[in-house]
Amino acid sequence: MINMYEVSETNKMIEQENLDVRTITLGISLLDCVDSDLETLNRKIYQKITSTARDLVSVGEEIEQEFGIPIVNKRISVTPIALIGASACKSVEDFVTIAETLDKAAKEVGVNFIGGYSALVSKGMTASDESLIRSIPAALAQTERVCSSVNVGSTKCGINMDAVRLCGEMVKAAAEATKEKDSCGCSKLVIFCNAPDDNPFMAGAFLGVTEADAVINVGVSGPGVVKKALEKVRGRGFEELCETIKKTAFKVTRVGQLVAGEASRRLGIPFGIVDLSLAPTPAVGDSVAEILEEIGLEKVGAPGTTAALALLNDQVKKGGVMASSYVGGLSGAFIPVSEDQGMIDAVNVGSLCLEKLEAMTCVCSVGLDMIAIPGKTSASTIAGIIADEMAIGMVNQKTTAVRLIPVIGKDVGEMAEFGGLLGYAPIMPVNTFGCEAFVGREGRIPAPIHSFKN
Amino acid sequence: MKKCVVTVLGKDRVGIIARVCTYLADHKINILDINQTIVQDYFNMMMIVDVSGMEKNFGEVSRELEELGAEMGLNIHCQREEIFEKMHRL
Repeated sequence: MINMYEVSETNKMIEQENLDVRTITLGISLLDCVDSDLETLNRKIYQKITSTARDLVSVGEEIEQEFGIPIVNKRISVTPIALIGASACKSVEDFVTIAETLDKAAKEVGVNFIGGYSALVSKGMTASDESLIRSIPAALAQTERVCSSVNVGSTKCGINMDAVRLCGEMVKAAAEATKEKDSCGCSKLVIFCNAPDDNPFMAGAFLGVTEADAVINVGVSGPGVVKKALEKVRGRGFEELCETIKKTAFKVTRVGQLVAGEASRRLGIPFGIVDLSLAPTPAVGDSVAEILEEIGLEKVGAPGTTAALALLNDQVKKGGVMASSYVGGLSGAFIPVSEDQGMIDAVNVGSLCLEKLEAMTCVCSVGLDMIAIPGKTSASTIAGIIADEMAIGMVNQKTTAVRLIPVIGKDVGEMAEFGGLLGYAPIMPVNTFGCEAFVGREGRIPAPIHSFKN
Repeated sequence: MKKCVVTVLGKDRVGIIARVCTYLADHKINILDINQTIVQDYFNMMMIVDVSGMEKNFGEVSRELEELGAEMGLNIHCQREEIFEKMHRL
């Protein structure tokens, strides 16, 4: 039987160390909503989402109460809209109506984000894909809860540089379209390489076409718990350090598995995966940067940061993988800047720069995330940064992503405020030498040699 | 059987166990195990209870226990046992 020590350890994690389930994300396939008439399509999408997700929020709250564990977000991901709207949408404006429908449905069921305003164009773009990508700035400016993503590359297909160039322009346009709010539209737009079909985390969540009609994916969190556990092994060897991270990740993931199972049972929707990510928030004590500093860095960005992050990411996976029956999504350590107080501090004291962050993305679970850059940065430079990050993902057979915010009207030394979970960020300098001639080339970068495994 | 863990934490005073147990008895919640210590005037109790006969819903009981705790200056939580089982047992 459970003893008092175990009970108090669990409750201490929840009450003092910010242990929570970061998100229950209900994936909903919209493939059966496809229609050539735009109005009918919008009606079907609204009905499918509001009926499938009717009980999502109330069930989430019920589980929170019974188990005493906070479930911070309840969210929805849908099939990439570029596929769903292909037959009905004849223009950029037509796609925006779908974004508005998604926003309305999200508000109706009470979720704070809905992801899947997406296009998968790693090898080529259809007319529909291109229209959707071109509609992203308007869609993000005119909606509140819609999140968008574009997959522009993969290890199997290479990198679609036409899409990269277009995405660079769209990031800039999305920034312009939301410039009164510190260009916050860009915080809801992710450019991916090797995007997973079952990611529960925003802003990059969508439900892949390989998935069932509806599925529950859960994202756990808990950087604060790992940090606290590591305080007890200061100065000890790597073996003990790694064992401590693994054991903690195991415990955190078990909670995610429990919540996922309960949500699945109560909603009558199959369980998909648990994403065992360390997802920070701007709250003090909920930071991945603080873990890296606890491992032994004076500040994140110091030499040793990439090695420490590689170790952390790997141990989180090793500890978590046995705790869940199915693991998926992004699974690892997230290193967003604006959502992590330790990262913000490191940028402010001059320890962390964009290039170091890029190196860190080679070994973490995602990529250049929530980084504010000067508003004057050109679309081609943004495309160049995206291309670099996509190349890291393609060659290393991992997911990488870019979520940059060129804050219009602001420059290095100033702050951008996004509010809530999205936090705030100091504006970071970007290399000012150009890459127009490179990103201006048409076509795609071929898949790397090690992708030919057949 | 549907097991829950009730935890009571706070500064010690007269009648904590009496009031908590009375509440549980009034709501047909059966106590299976009690573990309690006092460290430097700090009261720490864990009870394992069976809520299968409980008449109210879980949310209500959980809220009322928290209110009862607040009246006595204590933190009282009621959680399903599985969260602890899952985390600490294979």
